[in-house]
Amino acid sequence: MEQPLLLTVLTFLPLAGVLALLVLSPEDHEWIRRLALVTAIAEFLFSLVPVILFRANIAGYQFQEFHQWIASPRINYHLGLDGISLFLVVLTTFLTPLSILASWGSITKHVKGFFIALLVLETGIIGVFVSLDLFLFFVFWEVMLIPMYLLIGIWGHERRIYAAMKFILYTMFGSILMLVAIVWLYELTGSFDLPQIESVLVHGQIALSGRTEMLLFGAFFLAFAIKVPLFPLHTWLPDAHTEAPTAGSVMLAGVLLKLGTYGMLRFCLPLFPAASHRFAPEIAVLAIIGIIYGALVAMVQTDLKRLVAYSSVSHLGFVVLGIFSFQATAMNGAVYQMLNHGVSTGALFLVVGMLYDRRHTFLIREFGGLATPMPVLAALYLFVCLSSAGLPMLNGFVGEFLILSGTFVSHAAWAIWAAVGIVFSAVYLLWSYQRVFFGEVTQERNRTLPDASLRERSILFVMAAVILWMGIGSVAFTRRIETSTANVLQLMERPAYDSSAQPRPLPAAPAAIPSAQTDANRTRRAGD
Amino acid sequence: MFPARADLARLAPEIVLTIFGILAMMLAPFADAPRKDGRRAGGWVVGISVFGAGLAILSTLYPARDPGDAFSGLLRVDDFSLYVHWIVLGVALLVLLGSANYLSREDLPPGEFCALVLFAAVGMCVMASAEELVTVFIGLEISSISSYILVGYRRDSPLADEAAMKYFLLGSFATAFFLYGVALVYGATGTTHLDLISSDAVNAASRFLPIGLGLILVGLAFKVAAAPFQIWAPDVYQGAPTPVTAFLSTGPKAATFAVLLRIVGTIEPASGVWVWALWGMAVLSMFGGNLAALVQVNVKRMLAYSSIAHAGYILVAVAAAAAAATRESAMDCIAAAIFYLTAYALMKLGAFLMIAQLSGPGERRQDLDDFAGLGSRQPIAAAGLSVFLLSLLGLPLTAGFLAKFYVFRVGLSSGLFWLVVLLAINSVIAAYYYLRIIVVMYMREPKQEWPLVRISAAASFALLVAAAGTVYLGLFPGRVLDFAMRAAASLR
Repeated sequence: MEQPLLLTVLTFLPLAGVLALLVLSPEDHEWIRRLALVTAIAEFLFSLVPVILFRANIAGYQFQEFHQWIASPRINYHLGLDGISLFLVVLTTFLTPLSILASWGSITKHVKGFFIALLVLETGIIGVFVSLDLFLFFVFWEVMLIPMYLLIGIWGHERRIYAAMKFILYTMFGSILMLVAIVWLYELTGSFDLPQIESVLVHGQIALSGRTEMLLFGAFFLAFAIKVPLFPLHTWLPDAHTEAPTAGSVMLAGVLLKLGTYGMLRFCLPLFPAASHRFAPEIAVLAIIGIIYGALVAMVQTDLKRLVAYSSVSHLGFVVLGIFSFQATAMNGAVYQMLNHGVSTGALFLVVGMLYDRRHTFLIREFGGLATPMPVLAALYLFVCLSSAGLPMLNGFVGEFLILSGTFVSHAAWAIWAAVGIVFSAVYLLWSYQRVFFGEVTQERNRTLPDASLRERSILFVMAAVILWMGIGSVAFTRRIETSTANVLQLMERPAYDSSAQPRPLPAAPAAIPSAQTDANRTRRAGD
Repeated sequence: MFPARADLARLAPEIVLTIFGILAMMLAPFADAPRKDGRRAGGWVVGISVFGAGLAILSTLYPARDPGDAFSGLLRVDDFSLYVHWIVLGVALLVLLGSANYLSREDLPPGEFCALVLFAAVGMCVMASAEELVTVFIGLEISSISSYILVGYRRDSPLADEAAMKYFLLGSFATAFFLYGVALVYGATGTTHLDLISSDAVNAASRFLPIGLGLILVGLAFKVAAAPFQIWAPDVYQGAPTPVTAFLSTGPKAATFAVLLRIVGTIEPASGVWVWALWGMAVLSMFGGNLAALVQVNVKRMLAYSSIAHAGYILVAVAAAAAAATRESAMDCIAAAIFYLTAYALMKLGAFLMIAQLSGPGERRQDLDDFAGLGSRQPIAAAGLSVFLLSLLGLPLTAGFLAKFYVFRVGLSSGLFWLVVLLAINSVIAAYYYLRIIVVMYMREPKQEWPLVRISAAASFALLVAAAGTVYLGLFPGRVLDFAMRAAASLR
């Protein structure tokens, strides 16, 4: 099915909005916001086109576009979507208008720059998801850092500069080693084109030596693990999430973290299966540590936003665990959980941002008994909390269940340890909810806080509807995802890797010779 | 005996530059005389010199049509020398454009300034096409002596005096090394022609040859400010008038690397002698430059240290050329190195010229804090500086990224795996200080209100060319890269 330019338009539509924004006067805040919102909504609606046209039964990439960009070394502008990236793109386009709405009143400084950064960020993220050329992927991957860096650094809270710097240096450290690996892979395979590299490796035309594959895997994995973030590389996350403005936190937690897990699924597993298998136990242990550690640290936070930030460390641990269980169900769950986490944690950050807009603090002790002055916000917050905690019927449950049941089949112990994390997540979410919303109103000034405005209600109702829908109608998603995850698993099987299982007959063959001799001796002896 | 026409045609750009340099000197008394209001109004001399530099660029079409040896093999015009000519002449042109309003702001005589810039460019052009070591030396001296004077051009500034003195003393020392190296090479091989040195395999076995080549390397390493011969660079770059810093950090670097690459590409034994020395110098320069830049508060000095680091990055490509297994891959390495030089010239020139404009009268506003709030006060200037800084950092879609990418590539293909990893680590270290400038510009409120700086049309044009070039090379490197490949292949 040829859909020329579909993905190009999808990727660069926000930039068209940026150009329009550049024309507006920097003082004209109202129109800047409206234009940004219209662009983001148009982009969201447009991103539904590939969902409709998508064919769930095709394993490969769809809507491909291919043009040569640089002749030597051959670098192509190669785009494509599959079931893994499809919904991540939609998640991005879904969260962007909501974060624009959430920043409607709270951003007053450099308004134009803020919305430009947000839209450029959207383009960068979509670009990462749709690139099928390693070089192009890297370009989007790096370019996306700058708007995020500016979002944190200019519009963030008190320690924003420290947080922005930490965020960008951590990410760059990982990604620069990935660049070395990309170039090295090019030297080995002669291509930056992902499908081409995959086919060369799968058909065994080029077999990576064990050490090379481990180093390459390490470089890619490190970049992605920092992004996820996997324990112990997570220390940038609480700072960045807490200091970023609400829209920044939503994008960061909602989408940027998924770039890491997406990269593992897209690159680490299909390109380096032997190394993936080799390191899977270590990675799973780190993921489980992350699940439990993140939950425990979230439990003791006094700052609501930090609590949500640490909950991401815990939740993303599940995703990594699901990916590295190499089990179809768990991998489907991992992809689905990426979407769930984007929606739930995005919603959590939005609600926390709404509280901040009212009181300009994230400290839990500053709140208490808020259900009395703002019943609607309290109800919606509870709904979001329950989704994040994995209540059946809501979205979080489906993802976690798939991951745990899938992992249990291959590694029961991992699943048991990880399940502990689910209990903890209910504890920290509900306990913090109780302290913020239940009981008597502890501070007089909180008594008069306004309930959710129409704008806030519409944001949260949309979120709640999606949460519910993803909890009940998950088949609509998993149906499109599973062909692609199965494809990933299939790509991991390769002649070179199978032959590592085959050598058994080889050492057996020389062993057969002496035994044949002894047999001969035996027969001779018998003849005697 | 009058030189043959073909020889002169191959020397056309140098001749044009010399003529205009002399012209600028002769016009200097008229241009440098203060007007009635006490200020100098010699902008027209700068205009004439810009015209001269432009004409020199056009005149490269002469040798381009008819490449070959000139002056019985002292010079060799090939695609490689043309490529370096264009970098050097482009740098000279942009520096002259960018310094017109700087000179009148600082009340410096423009006549001599232009003449010296043009003469320095002559020296660098000679280095670009020199095929013989004594000719290299002549070019080196022409450019160095002009640079010594340019560095001390702000005579009333003690920093400039110190810088000029330091540069002169250490520079003379380094050229002495170079000359001694040339003498030893001559002693070992009986010739100073690069192509003869390599062809004479018997003499090449002499043990004086490695020592001579080593000394030559020391002399050249000094000129490109590669560690451990970089001690002079921060002081000199900081003390010199900022347009001169822009010139010094790009032009001589391109010309000297050209000599280095020509030697690596031509003399077989040089590769073997140099490869580990180049490896070590690259590592020292990268770490030395970047780590020292981390703690700087003066932006100009910070960028001076960053020049040292970038010399290290280019040295990675040179080391890769020396370590390359085949001739073809060595050519790739040389192409990567000169592509890097182009990108580096554009971005470093842009950054320094922007600072020359923004630092205000007397260059007093060069500290990090002075850039606070620039993003909202002068958004266009801040955006321009950001482009240059992000390119120096190596962010995709800029020239700096692709340049670094090609260096990665040739480094890996020559088997210098660990050097490439060290380069990668260094680019992250460097990210910190480049980003710090951006942080200050966009995320801090100004401590003091400075008057807005108006950037003149000529300087804006120069900055625009540099910025556009930086982005263009980042998006569509194809044509320049093709030319770089052809240039590398033209070395014999």
